[in-house]
Amino acid sequence: MDVPLLVAVVVLTALAFDFTNGFHDTANAMATSIATGALRPRVAVAMSSVLNLVGAFLSVEVAKTISGGIVDDLKITPAVVFAGLVGAIVWNLLTWLVGLPSSSSHALFGGLIGATWIASGASAVHFGKVIEKVLIPAVASPVIAGLIAMAATYLTYRLTRTADRKVVSSGFRIGQIVSAGLVSLAHGTNDAQKTMGVITLTLITAGALPSNAGPPVWVIISAGTAIALGTYFGGWRITHTLGKGLTTIDGPQGFAAQTSAAAVILTSSHLGFALSTTHVVSGGILGGGLGRRASNVQWSTAGRMVLAWVLTLPAAAVVGAIASSIASRGTAGVIVVAAVGIIVAAGIYLASRRKPVTPDSVVNDELSLEPLKVAA
Amino acid sequence: MNVNWAALGEVFIVGLVSVAALVALFATGIRGVSQRVAARAQGGTGAGGLALAVVCFAACCVLVLYGLFLIISR
Repeated sequence: MDVPLLVAVVVLTALAFDFTNGFHDTANAMATSIATGALRPRVAVAMSSVLNLVGAFLSVEVAKTISGGIVDDLKITPAVVFAGLVGAIVWNLLTWLVGLPSSSSHALFGGLIGATWIASGASAVHFGKVIEKVLIPAVASPVIAGLIAMAATYLTYRLTRTADRKVVSSGFRIGQIVSAGLVSLAHGTNDAQKTMGVITLTLITAGALPSNAGPPVWVIISAGTAIALGTYFGGWRITHTLGKGLTTIDGPQGFAAQTSAAAVILTSSHLGFALSTTHVVSGGILGGGLGRRASNVQWSTAGRMVLAWVLTLPAAAVVGAIASSIASRGTAGVIVVAAVGIIVAAGIYLASRRKPVTPDSVVNDELSLEPLKVAA
Repeated sequence: MNVNWAALGEVFIVGLVSVAALVALFATGIRGVSQRVAARAQGGTGAGGLALAVVCFAACCVLVLYGLFLIISR
């Protein structure tokens, strides 16, 4: 396959990944607001989607981390990036099917690492950078967000203890909406960047951009749009897990958890840490639960989530590696990988239709006036 | 491999301080509204509560916008 065509295929695949990232991570920003009834589901996803787009324009530090760091851009080809993306998409769809808020970022890194490793050997993966920029933030960020959220939740309840209940509940609903908006914005500054980074990396490997270049404007626009569309599509399965499964969330907790998550993500984006929005938000929600009453936390759900976090990178790496070993055999290989990827994605989609999770299952009160389905 | 403790520490400190400030301001604002509601229920004006709330919510907005400004201006 000639290089320009292959590059186009990779860019499209990257945007497809960004789309899955959007609906996989909608839950991160909106789960608590939807669960507490502060926002109607459709309004929530629409707002989140716009703010994601805005966030995508705010910062490109994380994109630079990806395009200039974790793998050796001199040793990989567009076919390798393509294989890595397929690995990431497949894992993202699988975790979405079972409703697990795993990290889209780790799926992406895992896919890329696996694909690069198979195609060019272990030396093409910068493991030092992977540990420094990916693994350490992965472990540290949810803990940091959790601790901050715990303190914030405690403070919130303490300060409003004597206040009028009605004022508190309606006040924190508004606070929650604003803080959910901030999380969406933060998601744009961190997650949309990852796809930009990948596309930029591809353009570098194809020789269209110099090594260490930042993302061009059309890349920023298309990546921001893809993640915004994915967000609007809505990932009700994961929203359900995060909003209801982990802990019972009240307005003040949701507000504290989200404000903490947004602050941690924005600060990290600014420093170029490609952390997982999912991990941070889950850490924040757990902290919000702990800050009020530890017995409310569903540790079994939390355990399942942590297991998914640990598995995500290696699992996506394995899929990426398999895809890479086929895709690097030339045009026919790339076509085979693309075809298999599409079939798997379609299969997962069909499986999800058998037991759909709609916004109604996330909020089961009178909000079910509009007839909504999982797929628009 | 070097762990960038300084940057991680920065994330923690910046996060903790800004979140604590935001949450405290917001909660105090809500107390202000609550005081106003209570005062009005007893026939008062509740102006003090309202003023407190307005100041706190305005400070919240300024804090958030300043944070975003720091990111954009880089």
